[in-house]
Amino acid sequence: MFLYILQGLVWTVIITVGGFTFGAVVGVGVAAARVATSRIVRIIARVWVDVIRGVPPLVWLFVVFFGLAEVGLRLTAFQAAILTFSLIASAYLGEIYRGGLAALGKGQVEAAHSLGLGRFDILARIVSPQVLRTVSPSMVTYGIGLMKDSALASTIGVVEMTFRANQVTQNTGQGLTAFAIVGAIYLAMSIPLGVWARRVDNRMREKYVVA
Amino acid sequence: MMTPATWFGYVFELLPGLVTALQLTGISLLLGYPLALIFAVLLDGKNRVVRWVVLALVELGRGIPLLVLLYIFYQGLPQVSIIPSAFTAAIWAFTWSTAGYGTEIIRSSLKSVPQGQLEAAKAVGLRESDRFRFVVLPQAARIAIPPLMGLAIIMFQLSSLAYVITLSEVMQSAYFLGTKTFNYLPVFLAAAAVYAAVTIPASALVTSIERRLGRHV
Repeated sequence: MFLYILQGLVWTVIITVGGFTFGAVVGVGVAAARVATSRIVRIIARVWVDVIRGVPPLVWLFVVFFGLAEVGLRLTAFQAAILTFSLIASAYLGEIYRGGLAALGKGQVEAAHSLGLGRFDILARIVSPQVLRTVSPSMVTYGIGLMKDSALASTIGVVEMTFRANQVTQNTGQGLTAFAIVGAIYLAMSIPLGVWARRVDNRMREKYVVA
Repeated sequence: MMTPATWFGYVFELLPGLVTALQLTGISLLLGYPLALIFAVLLDGKNRVVRWVVLALVELGRGIPLLVLLYIFYQGLPQVSIIPSAFTAAIWAFTWSTAGYGTEIIRSSLKSVPQGQLEAAKAVGLRESDRFRFVVLPQAARIAIPPLMGLAIIMFQLSSLAYVITLSEVMQSAYFLGTKTFNYLPVFLAAAAVYAAVTIPASALVTSIERRLGRHV
């Protein structure tokens, strides 16, 4: 039973990593739109973020999987899960980036300007490295949350751990054992990740925070 | 034919589910927050065994996805001949989760009260229980309230998970409505609107309270 459930870990990891990666990329666009010069762009980005974060992930999963099928866009359960979690992650990670941008002193950009750096260099060499450093602990924390959310994919039929535990329960009646195994596997991943995030956070604080 | 009137009809049909969702959230918070306060105090206590047990409870409540907790209570307990109703199982799972996350919030707020405050309270001769009640708790509460309210909003959103154990909250009602009408997209968007109508104003409220409480910190 343990091995059968453990095989579902592959899907958990793929969905988490996939959603996180796409979300991290699209999130840059979201953050850029949130601080854009155009007021309309800013408002659209704000609404996008608020609406995505204001509605439970399960609802988005159903909108994408059942809802889009109705208007002709038929996705497999796996595609629907990746798409949904990417969209959700883009909103959350976008806000995390924005927080990092806000924490970066204006003087950094101004100084780079006065040294004659171009816009691309300022973004790639001055802004990004500093922002990534401040936001990386929050990103790891979000990643852990996303991993736990990926269990939702079981509701639309992705054969990950929770789905398998359900099958086991229906076949053997040993639900407590089955779901305790799932819980233990999640803990075995989230606790070390959490410890690591805290350690990274402490190291950043020691090294890079100037008074 | 899909008209705005039909859509609003869907929204209305989901409202009884919203009541169930709010009940589930409300009861879990009423049970979970006091539990979180007790856990937070015990975690700083002197008894080592108690500390370990509480820490284990907190880490389990936070580390296991709520969906899995729900299944453990609803599908798992029957294995040992305990058969809770869907609502009871949901209350247990949500209370555990709330207590787990709440403990972390309350603990860090208690820690953020400056040591000097405690020393001053000791110096003016307050008893230990009075020091906690009149000096530490009021100051910690001001810090803990906004994140605890944020947690309440998250728990409300998560109440959608109770769908998987057949509790007739918003998502369960939406799914039922979807299978009846085959209008999945509008129906689930109606569910999204129901959630957003609660969470977006609530988040705005939390932000404004946070700003007000933070004024004198």
